[in-house]
Amino acid sequence: MQDTLDRVTANPKFLEFVALRNNYSILMTIVSAAAYYGFILLVAFNKEWLATKIGVGYTMSIGVPIGVGVIVFTIILTWIYVRRANTEFDATNEALIKEAQK
Amino acid sequence: MTKFTKILAGLLALAVAGGAIAAGADLGNTQKQATNWTAIVMFAIFVGGTLYITKWAASKTKSAADFYTGGGGITGFQNGLAIAGDYMSAASFLGISGLVFANGFDGLIFSIGWLVGWPVITFLMAERLRNLGKFTFADVASYRFAQTPVRVFAASASLVIVAFYMIAQMVGAGQLIKVLFGMEYLYAEILVGSVMMMYVLFGGMTATTWVQIIKACMLLGGATFMAVSVLLQFGFSPEALFTKAVEVHSKKDAIMSPGALIKDPISAISVGMALMFGTAGLPHILMRFFTVPNAKEARKSVAWATTWIGYFYILTFIIGFGAITNLVQNPADFYVGGELAKGLKGGGNMAAVHLSKAVGGDLFLGFISAVAFATILAVVAGLTLSGASAVSHDLYASVFNKGCTSEQELRVSKITTVCLGVLAVVLGIAFEKENVAYMVMLAFVIACSSNFPVLFMSVLWRNCTTRGAVVGGFVGLASAVILTVGSASVWEAVMGNPKGSAWFPYNSAAIFSMTAAFVTIWLVSILDNSEQAKKERALYPSQQLRSETGLGASGASGH
Repeated sequence: MQDTLDRVTANPKFLEFVALRNNYSILMTIVSAAAYYGFILLVAFNKEWLATKIGVGYTMSIGVPIGVGVIVFTIILTWIYVRRANTEFDATNEALIKEAQK
Repeated sequence: MTKFTKILAGLLALAVAGGAIAAGADLGNTQKQATNWTAIVMFAIFVGGTLYITKWAASKTKSAADFYTGGGGITGFQNGLAIAGDYMSAASFLGISGLVFANGFDGLIFSIGWLVGWPVITFLMAERLRNLGKFTFADVASYRFAQTPVRVFAASASLVIVAFYMIAQMVGAGQLIKVLFGMEYLYAEILVGSVMMMYVLFGGMTATTWVQIIKACMLLGGATFMAVSVLLQFGFSPEALFTKAVEVHSKKDAIMSPGALIKDPISAISVGMALMFGTAGLPHILMRFFTVPNAKEARKSVAWATTWIGYFYILTFIIGFGAITNLVQNPADFYVGGELAKGLKGGGNMAAVHLSKAVGGDLFLGFISAVAFATILAVVAGLTLSGASAVSHDLYASVFNKGCTSEQELRVSKITTVCLGVLAVVLGIAFEKENVAYMVMLAFVIACSSNFPVLFMSVLWRNCTTRGAVVGGFVGLASAVILTVGSASVWEAVMGNPKGSAWFPYNSAAIFSMTAAFVTIWLVSILDNSEQAKKERALYPSQQLRSETGLGASGASGH
């Protein structure tokens, strides 16, 4: 175990991989936070715009598709991350461990 | 087996007695009484079915590991449903649809806030939690630290969070049973307390998970049926639904625009932080990550949970608008004395329940009432299980009796379950007349200011030390509680001080208490030059290896 530990942590590819994946998760966190806070700040500072109708003669305001859009966007973002982590990242991960255990 | 049958018979008798006593309460006429019976019978079927599952789960719950993680054989999809079940409380179902019914668009803003914590868990926590932990999140936080202080901190914070969350649920159960079943407050406390105790005591995590999955399916199924029925009335055109709602609602076009939900930007950001990061610090949510076999399934769990919860919030928005168009036009059926001015029968939170009758008749009303009540039962079971693990795994097995056997640990967790069950009933009764509206938010504020920073820093920051984590965690916990006490929702609404005397001006303490926790962890850690601190920093690479790759991660159940 200690052997594997030393070999993996000494492998520059491991550190590179960890950095890549961490940057990706931080980026995704920032995107999701930006979507949420963007929406909240619109609510706080530009209520009038959110209340604008989606078209002449419509009752629905712009806020409704935007709000539902934030929910759908959040779900999609989560799946994009999980997809990539469960395929590409896990494969790299596996390969790194195999290499170290040789 | 006979024990189960006996207890089940007792519960049914209790339900029947409660229904009989309550006939003639606020839902007094004969027709309403019949409706109550449908709900009670459906709820009894739910309890009977889930207790049967508990019996099966009991045969699989032999070791402490089974108790905490249900044997680890739960798939990501199942766990996602269970997490969604933990999160979709009666308060969110009835409260958000009620908010949409009253204010329209504001309800959507509110529900979006409750979703944003999930991506954070997915991107930052899920995999690392699964790789480092075994039974509780304290396993993760204390991975390279001194066990005793970190475990004591984690258990205290968890128990405080569980207590506030639980009181809100128990009081909610008592209030709901009065309007949904027409039974007494006290019956709800005893019913919820005893049934959930049986789930946890005999079936541990396996039973608790399946109860959550069944409840989540019932709630999602029922809500879908309601939303589709509403849309069907308008030829599946949301625009037609909104037009009709604006036409009949007393606030007219204002229900299509943001109202007074967000007062000042600081409060908005602070509430957002509590919801965003608090979710990643709730012990009953965190412990769900140890029920799946590996990090891959852990990630799938959160993605499914996010999907179901987001879908559910979209449904509640449609249900709220459907309630506007369906209920306002039939004041005789749904309003007190048949007058719009007097409000909905049973209060504003009953919008979804009344709508269920409008679209599905008495039978469906009974179903939705039973589901709403079952929801509380399931959430309380999850909370109790996480409280019991905090005591038995983090305090007993890791601090007071290191090296105890699995049997001893299991016994302590069962004793704790009984104690927590009794405590829940006692607190539920004690807080009957109190205003508990702030408690769930307080639980989130504490979670984002104590558990989350400690977890985050211990896993991701090399220089974090035991001293920093524990001092910072307690600072966050204390400041969250103190500042919340000073805010209007407690200082004025609960403690009865005059209006305007609250000395903390914002809705949520999170922006200050969470910052205080992070700054303290950072400061105390960098000033910590002890031998222990050096050792802990040196252990970071091996922790990092395991948290990032899953190498050496514990098999989900330990067998």
